[in-house]
Amino acid sequence: MCDQTFLVNVFGSCDKCFKQRALRPVFKKSQQLNYCSICAEIMATDGLHENETLASLKSEAESLKGKLEEERAKLHDVELHQVAERVEALGQFVMKTRRTLKGHGNKVLCMDWCKDKRRIVSSSQDGKVIVWDSFTTNKEHAVTMPCTWVMACAYAPSGCAIACGGLDNKCSVYPLTFDKNENMAAKKKSVAMHTNYLSACSFTNSDMQILTASGDGTCALWDVESGQLLQSFHGHGADVLCLDLAPSETGNTFVSGGCDKKAMVWDMRSGQCVQAFETHESDINSVRYYPSGDAFASGSDDATCRLYDLRADREVAIYSKESIIFGASSVDFSLSGRLLFAGYNDYTINVWDVLKGSRVSILFGHENRVSTLRVSPDGTAFCSGSWDHTLRVRKTSFHFAV
Amino acid sequence: MMYQHWRGERAGVLLKRGMCESSLQSLMAQDLSEKELLRMEVEQLKKEVKNPRAPISKTGKEIKEYVEARAGSDPLLKGISEDENPFKEKGTCVTS
Repeated sequence: MCDQTFLVNVFGSCDKCFKQRALRPVFKKSQQLNYCSICAEIMATDGLHENETLASLKSEAESLKGKLEEERAKLHDVELHQVAERVEALGQFVMKTRRTLKGHGNKVLCMDWCKDKRRIVSSSQDGKVIVWDSFTTNKEHAVTMPCTWVMACAYAPSGCAIACGGLDNKCSVYPLTFDKNENMAAKKKSVAMHTNYLSACSFTNSDMQILTASGDGTCALWDVESGQLLQSFHGHGADVLCLDLAPSETGNTFVSGGCDKKAMVWDMRSGQCVQAFETHESDINSVRYYPSGDAFASGSDDATCRLYDLRADREVAIYSKESIIFGASSVDFSLSGRLLFAGYNDYTINVWDVLKGSRVSILFGHENRVSTLRVSPDGTAFCSGSWDHTLRVRKTSFHFAV
Repeated sequence: MMYQHWRGERAGVLLKRGMCESSLQSLMAQDLSEKELLRMEVEQLKKEVKNPRAPISKTGKEIKEYVEARAGSDPLLKGISEDENPFKEKGTCVTS
């Protein structure tokens, strides 16, 4: 399988702002200069709007937002749950905790499954990153990061490495070795450098590239081998808290969510934002693509989860209840996309019927906030991590039909 | 605009995420003027207005069909028998 190649920009000092960024060539009065993507964007609009004032720009932005809403509303001909009216309702679920992974000394902040559907990597506030065999609950690897609050971790597609980062503002890759004589920390490779905390990271289709999200308001794509910045994504107005890559069949896009209440869909090649959605009322803590790649779900501090349909270009469902008042920290879909699992700050996990919009189950067990939640690659189980220092792996024992 | 709000709110955001004050990192220096930021926002909105869109009656139907096609093989939806369960309770060993 060949790796996808992205346009590798020249990396260096921008001719306008002098910052070290990924550069692209621009032509000014037939002279070639190298600008970073932000300065290039500004230059493209320079000179065309000589008599603009702040006020005229603001009103233009407002009227465009109004137009966008209008266009989106035209296609809002039915609700999703109406389309799904005749779909059989789900009955009662029994979802049991099959494994409890204990060993972290502090809050579990993030976890990820290995493609082998068995191994899990998790990271914690105490700086430890642990690789577990979820079948046996054995700890296979452990590494102590030089920083606390390791907010992001990810398993490489090959299963041979993990990536993690947090308050150190970096994303580092550790090759996994079973050689007892080798010190995992010695082989550490620093890949990404942000100017604020790392909130999320994910390998792309291969071990060669990593996508990161940061408290500095940007996302970035990096080459693991050289540590070079391949593309940066600017547009969020505040910290970016989460990201998710589109399923490989759908192409080169990813979605990010941030403290600006926006969810943005990006084209990885061009660095451009393709679509943006701003319907949440607070920070978006988690975003996850629908298995088909045509939609994505988000979980927010406003205590709701929402489904956004990319082809209808709008929000199509809200998963909420008056009794749920704490933020949703993490969301993921079951294999078919019928169920949405969401972990909340009130220590529970709510299971939602994606099509009908109703809650089908509420799961207890954690003794503090649920901070992270992922369904296994083959969809047989899901794992949740919590501020109670543990991870729980759960399965559906029974589904009693209505 | 959003940007000015952001700088003030960032401290609040980090505190809200449960971190102690001493670990706040320095804010990113972003020296774009408000006018430049607004101009970029206007250009972005112009692009987004032109995005192709389809009605929910069509796209929602496709989501529903996607689910129905795969519901039968969704282990978290259907539940799986104990034989196939890799996480089933470990049995006790009996030695003779």
